[in-house]
Amino acid sequence: MKLTTLFASAAVALGLATTAMAEDKTKVGFVFVGPIGDGGWTYEHNKGREAVEAEFGDKVETVYVENVAEGPDAERVMTQMALDGADLIFTTSFGYMDATNNVAAKFPKVKFEHATGYKRLHPNVSTYSARFYEGRAIQGHIAGNMTKSNIIGYIASFPIPEVIRGINSAYIHAAKVNPDVEFKIIWVYTWFDPAKEADAAKALIEQGADVVLQHTDSTAPQAAAQEAGNVVTFGQASDMGQYAPFPRVSSIIDDWAPYYIARTRAVMDGTWESMDTWDGIGPGMVGIGEISDAVPAEVKEEALAMKAALADGSYHAFTGPLNKQDGSAWLAEGETADDGTLAGMNFYVEGITGEIPQ
Amino acid sequence: MDLSAINPILLVAALMSAATPILLAATGELVVERAGVLNLGVEGMMIIGAICGFAIAVETNSPVFGFLAAAAGGALLSLLFAFLTQITLANQVASGLALTLFGLGLSALLGQSYVGIKPPRMGDINFGPLADIPVVGPILFSHDPVLYLGIALVALVWGILKFSRIGLVLRAVGENHDAAHALGYKVVRIRTMAIMFGGALAGLGGAYISLIRVPQWTEGMTAGVGWIALALVVFASWKPWRVLLGAYLFGGITQLQLNLQGAGVAIPVEYLAMSPYVITIIVLVILSADKSAAPGSLGRTFHASH
Repeated sequence: MKLTTLFASAAVALGLATTAMAEDKTKVGFVFVGPIGDGGWTYEHNKGREAVEAEFGDKVETVYVENVAEGPDAERVMTQMALDGADLIFTTSFGYMDATNNVAAKFPKVKFEHATGYKRLHPNVSTYSARFYEGRAIQGHIAGNMTKSNIIGYIASFPIPEVIRGINSAYIHAAKVNPDVEFKIIWVYTWFDPAKEADAAKALIEQGADVVLQHTDSTAPQAAAQEAGNVVTFGQASDMGQYAPFPRVSSIIDDWAPYYIARTRAVMDGTWESMDTWDGIGPGMVGIGEISDAVPAEVKEEALAMKAALADGSYHAFTGPLNKQDGSAWLAEGETADDGTLAGMNFYVEGITGEIPQ
Repeated sequence: MDLSAINPILLVAALMSAATPILLAATGELVVERAGVLNLGVEGMMIIGAICGFAIAVETNSPVFGFLAAAAGGALLSLLFAFLTQITLANQVASGLALTLFGLGLSALLGQSYVGIKPPRMGDINFGPLADIPVVGPILFSHDPVLYLGIALVALVWGILKFSRIGLVLRAVGENHDAAHALGYKVVRIRTMAIMFGGALAGLGGAYISLIRVPQWTEGMTAGVGWIALALVVFASWKPWRVLLGAYLFGGITQLQLNLQGAGVAIPVEYLAMSPYVITIIVLVILSADKSAAPGSLGRTFHASH
């Protein structure tokens, strides 16, 4: 009898203990658009998730779902995460914007963080993004110097402001050092499809491009460039260092870890509030991967100088004089673009041919 | 707009390569469906083939062994489907979907140490002077062996289904499994073999992506090609040559639209992006106006006692 009581009370105590522990833990959810092994965008977000686990150890529990299609499926995944007790959910693709806000309305106590979006319809939604266009400026500078055919290929994903900013920034800085440069842009309408990305890269290379920039998540274009032999590429979202020193001569690296740690801590402390974060090279959210020796020394030096100027704010990637594609004036001499225009950018700058799909 | 930037010869050569994964997977699925089984696991078998082929090619430094392993891997995974649907009589649609999910997960696990590795190259077949013929040479005589294998398999499947006894038995099983059973044919055994053939071809198709078309390993790299192959079989009215036509049409327009975009053609990109799907469907639907019906027993469960 006594023994049974002992067991029973032990069981109850144990049960209480585990419940208490479960309540102590902050649960952080991540919704990913691609697989964590894509070697690019989702890979870096997952590194941020691992950093959160390393920082807080037993005090957090993280969960993630990969390959979540943008649209209704995303809403289902987020709802399930919230129902499973997540305190904070990071949704890491532009196309999750409406889904994030819809689900946030239903779960006012759960905090939502949407990457690269601009809608914060509820007090429990924050948005965050990185100023990738600063990295694109450096890419454009190197690309413009290195192209011999004067044709730069650009694999674009979806016609959204983030992608258009990248194209404009790269073009402005390529054209600055090489006025004859021409951009060939292919829209693939996917973030992740290695075969299609490789096909797009090959099509661009066949049409004479000897530099290929990508705004998609896989390393397939790097492999295609390596195959072609004399084509320059840049790592996108992650270092993609396995293709260094050539074809990958540098890269834009997204470093989400500090932000994810800070926001998780804010939830733990109860100091979390809705805000918009847009950090660049300066605060370290955008990193520039090592510029390899395939780049001429003086070009590398200029690129590093530009990186330093972008970091301390003495140079803005969109500095006038700049015209829009149709020739109308946009920025006067010395004027810099404001964040509002950049956030909603839906036009090409002068010199880029082709139209933005609407 | 500068159409001269597009080299039509390179374009045709590229479309043949782009179409091959779909062609291989669809040919395999065609045989499976002609035997009366609906296997929705094509995507899963392809991705397993992609990683098996990649891993073995890297380990043995031989793309040929890679492709053999891919076929074996795909066939092995399809055996699981065969067990579920032919022995335990599970629902084919659910089992096929499960096979896709399982294949995607398993391939991610198997492939963890293969990210960022460059596979050995499979060289193009050397046709000697034939490859130097202008226009025809680069289009017809400058490819890897697997591409030719794909075309040969279409011809082989067509010939066997149409002219041979094996083909007749297979079709009988697919059209009416009860009648075939009454005649003494081993329905389950024939279907299992068809399923394994389909798995092997899907595996080859997957390896074609990871070893030749991209060439690298990335999680989830088949990105829906298996589903396109499945749809193609239906739109091709279960006829091998139409599968070939559909695959080349789809691959060709995909390549063409990328090239047109690069050349800056003034067609809205949205139309270009959807054109491969729309045109392939329209052409195949028009072709299937002869009312070719699906195999009679497609998707139905067979048990000798029924």
